[in-house]
Amino acid sequence: MELDIDQVKHLASLARIDLSLEDLEELSKQLGDIFDQFESLRGLNLESVAPTAHIADSTNITREDQVGNSLTTDEVLVNAPVRNGDFFQVNPVLEE
Amino acid sequence: MSNLWELSIKEIHSGLSSGEFSSHDLVMSYIERVRKVEPIVQSFISVTESLAVEQAAKADEAISRGESHILTGVPVQIKDIISTAGIPTTCASKMLENYVPPFDATVVTKLLNQNAVILGKGNMDEFGMGSSCEHSAFHSTHNPWDPKRVPGGSSGGGGASVAANEIAYALGSDTGGSIRQPAAFNGVVGLKPTYGSVSRYGLVAYASSFDQIGPITKTVADCAIVFDAIKGPDASDATCVSRTYDEISANLDQSFTTSTPLKAGSPIRIGIPEEFFTEGISPGVKKVIDDAIRQLESLGAMLEPVSLPNTVHALACYYIIAPSECSANLARFDGVKFGYSDRNTPDMWESMERTRGHGFGPEVKRRIMMGTYALSSGYYEAYYTKAQRVRTLIRQEYDEIFKKVDVLVTPTSPVIAFPLGDKLDDPVEMYNVDICTIPANIAGLPAISVPCGFSENMPVGMQLIGKAFTEPLLFDVAYAFEQSTMWHQMKPQI
Repeated sequence: MELDIDQVKHLASLARIDLSLEDLEELSKQLGDIFDQFESLRGLNLESVAPTAHIADSTNITREDQVGNSLTTDEVLVNAPVRNGDFFQVNPVLEE
Repeated sequence: MSNLWELSIKEIHSGLSSGEFSSHDLVMSYIERVRKVEPIVQSFISVTESLAVEQAAKADEAISRGESHILTGVPVQIKDIISTAGIPTTCASKMLENYVPPFDATVVTKLLNQNAVILGKGNMDEFGMGSSCEHSAFHSTHNPWDPKRVPGGSSGGGGASVAANEIAYALGSDTGGSIRQPAAFNGVVGLKPTYGSVSRYGLVAYASSFDQIGPITKTVADCAIVFDAIKGPDASDATCVSRTYDEISANLDQSFTTSTPLKAGSPIRIGIPEEFFTEGISPGVKKVIDDAIRQLESLGAMLEPVSLPNTVHALACYYIIAPSECSANLARFDGVKFGYSDRNTPDMWESMERTRGHGFGPEVKRRIMMGTYALSSGYYEAYYTKAQRVRTLIRQEYDEIFKKVDVLVTPTSPVIAFPLGDKLDDPVEMYNVDICTIPANIAGLPAISVPCGFSENMPVGMQLIGKAFTEPLLFDVAYAFEQSTMWHQMKPQI
């Protein structure tokens, strides 16, 4: 199977990754090859099998609701590409 | 006296305790060793020399006060996907090239509480995605047994540095084999603990339902020492369960008091799953593993051929679920809160797309795209849910098999370390290398790789897989095997 360029473009926009035309072409072939390998699952009758979302058997881990130490505002913001006061700054989202 | 950098953790601890040498002496010896072999091996992303010297001084003070733990003063290399406060943690990605975590991972806190010494951060495939260490954004690591070959991956830096005696031990992480396969390729010991036995807090997430942190060491006893030190429940990781293990390292020696230690009491039942010995296994690796199995038998183990028919679906199951989890986990790299950010456009969305397009390397982008596809509307049921159901089947199969046998033995990898560049252009071929290690991650089981011989002058690893939380048994079997062979004493000439 081969994914066509438009499908790959659509995936890239869902994943929010800017890809060159060259990347898109390569990926359309590679993703096809990779998903061909998964065809073996197609023939399995799995209707009566419940899906495993997580391997640990534990559920509802709780703890006492106590105040503990957390990072300071400065520590949280120390790696911000652009900081504005106590905020992460992004480029404008709303148009004027 | 041999070079200090050749010693095991056990030997180091006894030398430090008796005052034969100091942690400072040890660290200086390792720094000299790293300077000498690192130009060839390139197993580190960063070497933290001055920090290590400071920490060694603290360790020496602690020892002189009588406050010595087993890992006090012992140098460690930490995979660069595990957060270290104040030390860059890059995940071998341009995305995090300048990222310095403001906090330590729980495993790092545990080591530092023992006054361990951090000598640097280990090279890896970007965000843990790869099987050769060639997907590092910075440089490839070379196998110390043959620098033209890969060290395996993703914890290739850990495997290579321990084998080359650049470090006493390393911490790696294992999502589909990333500790065990490099351990096998480099002739050292590597443990992927039971899912939930070691805290993942501070481990940059790749596929959260598979990821586990574990040790890469020179000997089985050292591996038990490090596992003892890092395991245990953690309030910061709800999947890290409260489970009491006995101290494993302290009890190891007792398991080897007879010539048939695997028969003390009732014999240990070792299953040999036929599916791991068929397609794709190289004849050289097969011969070495067959010999190792006979050795286990001579130590008193009872061998039993078994079958795990769903093994054929393991790769598909893993390479659907892991990229799906990856595509969700790596959504956090948006150029807003930390890491690389391309702001050369006024538009926020475009800035985000460019950040991710330029910040991630090809394999990471490929896996995000795979996961996005498997999770997208119209394909979710056919791929993601189906793979989750197969995960249940594989899990059940292991539950059943462990009613019949105590431990499974398989090759860690179907092949020896391959030449650099060999599989880089063919992702499917690269994924196939993980066939023997992936099932333990799918089922959340503990698995250890132990050196068991050579093929074409390259090391081969034997994998022992156990039931969840049976690390003590795995260590007993691994230790009995190691002590009855010489493989762990073989070192690369470098």
